[in-house]
Amino acid sequence: MAALESPQPAATATAMRHAFGNVLSVLILVLIGVLAFSIRLFSVIKYESVIHEFDPYFNYRVTQFLSKNGIYEFWNWFDDRTWYPLGRVIGGTVYPGLTLTAGTIWWFLNSLNIPLSVETVCVFTAPVFSAFASWATYLLTQEVKGSGAGLAAAVLLAMVPSYISRSVAGSYDNEAVAIFALIFTFYLYIKTLNTGSLFYATLNALAYFYMVCSWGGYTFIINLIPMHVLLCIVTGRYSPRLYIAYAPLVVLGTLLAALVPVVGFNAVLTSEHFASFLVFIIIHVVALVYYIKGILTPKMFKVAVTLVVSIGMVVCFIVVAILVALVASSPTGGWSGRSLSLLDPTYASKYIPIIASVSEHQPPTWPSYFMDINVLAFLVPAGIIACFSPLSDSSSFVVLYIVMSVYFSGVMVRLMLVLAPAACIMSGIALSQAFDVFTGSIKYQLGRSSNSTDDAEDTNNAPKDDASAGKTDKGEEIVKERSSKKGKKKEREPADKPSVKSKAKKKALVLPLETSIVALLLLIMLGAFYVIHCVWAAAEAYSAPSIVLTSQSRDGLHVFDDFRESYAWLSHNTDVDDKVASWWDYGYQTTAMANRTVIVDNNTWNNTHIATVGTAMSSPEKAAWEIFNSLDVKYVLVVFGGLIGYPSDDINKFLWMVRIGGGVFPHIKEADYLRDGQYRINSEATPTMLNCLMYKLSYYRFVETDGKGYDRVRRTEIGKKHFKLTHFEEVFTSHHWMVRIYKLKPARNRIRGRAKKLKSKTTSAGWSSKSEKKNPWV
Amino acid sequence: MVKSTTKDAQDLFHSLRSAYVATPTNLKIIDLYVCFAVFTALIQVAYMALVGSFPFNSFLSGVLSCIGTAVLAVCLRIQVNKENKEFKDLAPERAFADFVLCNLVLHLVIINFLG
Repeated sequence: MAALESPQPAATATAMRHAFGNVLSVLILVLIGVLAFSIRLFSVIKYESVIHEFDPYFNYRVTQFLSKNGIYEFWNWFDDRTWYPLGRVIGGTVYPGLTLTAGTIWWFLNSLNIPLSVETVCVFTAPVFSAFASWATYLLTQEVKGSGAGLAAAVLLAMVPSYISRSVAGSYDNEAVAIFALIFTFYLYIKTLNTGSLFYATLNALAYFYMVCSWGGYTFIINLIPMHVLLCIVTGRYSPRLYIAYAPLVVLGTLLAALVPVVGFNAVLTSEHFASFLVFIIIHVVALVYYIKGILTPKMFKVAVTLVVSIGMVVCFIVVAILVALVASSPTGGWSGRSLSLLDPTYASKYIPIIASVSEHQPPTWPSYFMDINVLAFLVPAGIIACFSPLSDSSSFVVLYIVMSVYFSGVMVRLMLVLAPAACIMSGIALSQAFDVFTGSIKYQLGRSSNSTDDAEDTNNAPKDDASAGKTDKGEEIVKERSSKKGKKKEREPADKPSVKSKAKKKALVLPLETSIVALLLLIMLGAFYVIHCVWAAAEAYSAPSIVLTSQSRDGLHVFDDFRESYAWLSHNTDVDDKVASWWDYGYQTTAMANRTVIVDNNTWNNTHIATVGTAMSSPEKAAWEIFNSLDVKYVLVVFGGLIGYPSDDINKFLWMVRIGGGVFPHIKEADYLRDGQYRINSEATPTMLNCLMYKLSYYRFVETDGKGYDRVRRTEIGKKHFKLTHFEEVFTSHHWMVRIYKLKPARNRIRGRAKKLKSKTTSAGWSSKSEKKNPWV
Repeated sequence: MVKSTTKDAQDLFHSLRSAYVATPTNLKIIDLYVCFAVFTALIQVAYMALVGSFPFNSFLSGVLSCIGTAVLAVCLRIQVNKENKEFKDLAPERAFADFVLCNLVLHLVIINFLG
């Protein structure tokens, strides 16, 4: 690529071009950062600067606590306002990375006398870190394929809808920081692999530590890197740099992971980490073999091999037998429930209904791939092929990364997020190669048409012209559907740096001018469609804060702010120590906004406690009152969407309550609530369904709204319309009937009629209520 | 059969030994350090097997610090070894500085985890 004649002018020209390229790259990166930040601001513009969803409210509450009380209090915090009466050890069960990051930013800004509130810092943490993540993608892809591919990958990541969905302004969740940590850790690993420098290995371990602090998905890193090392060893690419990249990471990384209280000794005891130890041993064996091979003669080496193999086999068998015995002694083989449900997708639905009930844990549908990574779905295969020519350690790593992440994203829709950076890297590589080919062809063709034959030397700068025949890449298929003029076939991505020496070969490696121009235009149009889709997805699909709902009607925009209205009511009209029972979805929001103690929340760590609440919701009034009274509950909160048509209300979630409750208390049977296998709440519903607490609390006085009790979500009239509540009284219903709060009636002092033993017999059947002749409560 | 195997083993041992004697002194010092670290780790494991593994974090940090310095010393040896063509541009002082830095981080973590 350097000029052939090397007097001063040409050398300075090259240096100038380099300098110009660098400045341009920096400018582009700054713009990419601004783009990544601003595309995530739609929800702030459309609604307000508010924290979204459910989990971010918990993180926000923890950050508030941290900012008020300092880090030692945070580290040792035992929270008694949730999971009453069990409480929760926050210090030991939360991934501290996100809260510590936001807390540090808040503290730093306040020490500079910039008085941002904690909420503002929390809301805008995610967009800021997504800008960092695009820069990290640039660095990573630059290590693999050069800065052109890096810039393309960075701009793709800044806008990819899958990442936007978890990092809008307001989505203050672990992934906001963790994806940046993931990409940065991979970048440092590749950098260490390419340079063999121990300094980068140290940085790699520290970045891995930050990743462990931030997200449970760090197990992806600690399994992907060993897999890659194994792949390199098996394909014969072992080198000392590989050892330097891997071995310190394992030792330092395990120690650092064990430092985080959430992980603790799981770093050495659970199966998620065993792969790293196994490959650690393997790489030492391989290193020793290479070393001995280096110092021995080939004949002696053969002797060594036969000796060692025979002894080594015996030792190996013993060790493997011990390991297998250890692992098989634990019922899940040492894996945690969530990891096991990744490896065996049917595991959760059979054994742990809570994991199966979360909608994020379902497998994704095909349309969600196109929604979430759009055009990149076409470009990824092209990128994979580009990585194979030539295959280096780093490009084999990104290929392995994309293959693994495609598998995991197919298991759980939440993990589409891990696929997004890989897809962006691959597509960036593909796009960059395509642009190289086309622009190179154009340059060469223009150069050839304006000069004569000696240009063959001058067009050294078009070295990447290398295509077998006139084919286009898959990305243009969607455009082809609209412009089906050119009959082009699929293109294989060009091989890299071809030999510039042979003129004849070069002539065959260049595309015709018109083809290149048209292909370039089509690629740019492809990019335009991608941008349009991303902006649409960010604005319409992923910016809903889900705590405030809106709908367009003929009279304009309707805002449904019922959730915050009810939490405010709770915080103003109840005592500080009152306990509120609701389904676990609303636990975090209740503790954060209403500041009341809850029974179960989104952490879902105690299945039996959740099953107790589920059983209470599925039982008739008296039994439910008994259960709630034993938990000191004062208020019960249900979410009801029947008046306005809000589909994620508790009646739609009710079957999960039945299943989870029935998993622990066998007298709750799902079949009792279904008529002919169908879930109904109208007149054909089963009596168990019509008498259960959830039905009664949702539809109490509902018939007064329109006279017929028409439920807009289920689209029928309700079954039991006129009934009274005997053990609960309604204290609050929000403006659109979305949240309804009931108070437990206190126990009667005197019992009319025959005195009955009110002690509930707690047999293993749980809360079985015997049929009574007289109801002492009426 | 056994005799030829023993003879092979002896030949192997001799050739290994003669090849190793030829390595430069600084590399031999590093190798000695690695052996010392691994030996210390083995002693700790034996002690744990005798006495029990409580407190586990102390055991972990002790063993991992030995293994950690051993690994880092091996990395140093790789970088300083003149026969490695990949690292001929790397000054041995820089390699040693990286080694010291990584050890500092390792031991900071160890002290924190020791409990």
